[in-house]
Amino acid sequence: MCKQTVLELRVNNHPGVMSHICGLFARRAYNVEGIACMPVNGGTTSKIWLLVNKESNLDQMVKQVDKLEDVLEVERHDNGHEVFSKMTEFVQ
Amino acid sequence: MKFSGAEIIVKLLERQGITTIAGIPGGANLPMYDALGQSEKIKHILTRHEQGAGFIAQGMARVSGQPAVFFATSGPGATNTLTAIADAKLDSIPVICITGQVPLSMIGTDAFQEVDTYGLSVPITKHNYLVRSVEELLHVIPNAFRLAASGRPGPVVIDVPKDVQTAILEFDEWPAPGRRDPGPELIPAEVERAAAMINAAEKPLLYLGGGVIQSGTSGDVLALAEKGNIPTVLTLMGLGILPHDHPLNLGMLGMHGARYTNMAMEECDLLIAAGVRFDDRATGKVAEFCPNAKIVHIDIDPSELDKIKTATASVTGDIADILNMLLPLVDRQARADWMERVASLKAACPMIVPDADNPASPYGVILRAAELAGNDAIVATDVGQHQMRTAQVYPFEQPRQWLTSGGLGTMGFGMPAAIGAALAAPDKTVLCFTGDGSIMMNIQDLATAMENNVNIKIILTNNNALGLVRQQQDLFYGKRYYASDYARRVDFVKIAEGFGIATYDFEQCEDPAALLAEAMATPGPAFIHVPISPDEPVYPMVPPGAANCEMIGGEANV
Repeated sequence: MCKQTVLELRVNNHPGVMSHICGLFARRAYNVEGIACMPVNGGTTSKIWLLVNKESNLDQMVKQVDKLEDVLEVERHDNGHEVFSKMTEFVQ
Repeated sequence: MKFSGAEIIVKLLERQGITTIAGIPGGANLPMYDALGQSEKIKHILTRHEQGAGFIAQGMARVSGQPAVFFATSGPGATNTLTAIADAKLDSIPVICITGQVPLSMIGTDAFQEVDTYGLSVPITKHNYLVRSVEELLHVIPNAFRLAASGRPGPVVIDVPKDVQTAILEFDEWPAPGRRDPGPELIPAEVERAAAMINAAEKPLLYLGGGVIQSGTSGDVLALAEKGNIPTVLTLMGLGILPHDHPLNLGMLGMHGARYTNMAMEECDLLIAAGVRFDDRATGKVAEFCPNAKIVHIDIDPSELDKIKTATASVTGDIADILNMLLPLVDRQARADWMERVASLKAACPMIVPDADNPASPYGVILRAAELAGNDAIVATDVGQHQMRTAQVYPFEQPRQWLTSGGLGTMGFGMPAAIGAALAAPDKTVLCFTGDGSIMMNIQDLATAMENNVNIKIILTNNNALGLVRQQQDLFYGKRYYASDYARRVDFVKIAEGFGIATYDFEQCEDPAALLAEAMATPGPAFIHVPISPDEPVYPMVPPGAANCEMIGGEANV
């Protein structure tokens, strides 16, 4: 079984959003292994991909992320996401 | 129409129905204060510390159930609000803090009185805003009210740079005021499953908390309890949901709950948890909490479900909606054996109230003040022994009567929250039970109480110690009382007199009951000083981290 999962978030795009999301993981002592972010829709929203370990409280984390006002959608890719398989090439 | 950002803020607050705002002006929020000064609908309460303003807003919100607003300037003004905001987050209280900020062009330059209010408030708010243009105000302000009040309520911070406050905007129409969203749609199968479990249970217990009060549904909860003959325990935040003397009300559970209350929980076979979050002060050691029970968990916040304890069945939604659907599905049952068992536990292990008849004792003064204040009084407390004693014995009759800092446990909450309560409900008597440790943490706002002549009765039980800390040192640290006793005494009566407040001192008073009655009968703020011994622990007590069955003290017939 894959030990990691990818959360794909659609979020509002403004300067505080990243700190809301990263802060949420940090203060619940949940490490984010990888992160990618790109603007979409001409920049009013962004996509954020988070590579995280599957820990016992992952469901709780997803619920907490979903509660954030600036997070419009959360999708979970338990089989990974090619964003990170491509990014891996840069750190080999 | 053409208005400045500051005028837009004040007009939008008026349109939300705001009539009272507490706060303190400073360089970065002066445009807002200038606009507020022109308002005929909003009265400003000038506090002596921004934390006091935050707790005044909380007092108003807790009593009314509606979002309340407070103002602070940038930098130290904003940092001073943080404890009151974090407190509102932990107890899900809808308050809106509007702070001034240095002009946009100066943000990030370490300007005078600049602090990252947005960054500081991220983890302690439901949501927060740094407003970057005057246009944004038209949706940020109504949205802040909608968010504060919707779903699980909570605090919202709006940080407004000074140049956004002074910028002029021309626009055609005011936005609609922000209101509470309807609750999420229920899943009938979830409710039906919960009903089936309740009907099948032989020894069910209701475990109710602040969420029930937020949902405004205590009448339906009572109907559910009565229909199924389901005994009910309340969290600290849930006190008042059921009248204190209702036969199905087993009182507060947890660390300072009565013995029979925690013992009944040991035996229940179904726990119906509604509007609660399984806080450690309520559950004790979670693995041993209600060891024989299946759990039905009802809450509007999905992230509370399965957070601490995995529920057998959960229902997401507004408790009021859920009860509407649930109530007809629940069978009328007598549950005679369970009723009898609970009654025998209550008879064998009742709540022991030492010295209840002495109006100058720690418990006695609470009971006597309650008698004098009547069923309608609002009761605020600070945090410590006096708080737990009040929670244990005050005869609560209705929701929103009880204001206490539950989740964050903030000493300094009580007196300013009582001022807020008195402002929101000027026709009621507001009692504020406090201790000598707590009152010192916001004592400056006695000046605000005096200036506004609010009808609050501050009852200070003074043991010249941090009593609950001292009690833990007594029980768990070999009686090594370190840093919990004050080396010298301060003269609280003189201090209160200095603030221009009527004082009543139980020290060397021959008839404390009469003195208390006089204080209660005189309108306006009163300060009642009740000297007590530091060696009077609050019992029963579950040691932190222990199971709720491991209570210390409070036994009958000892």
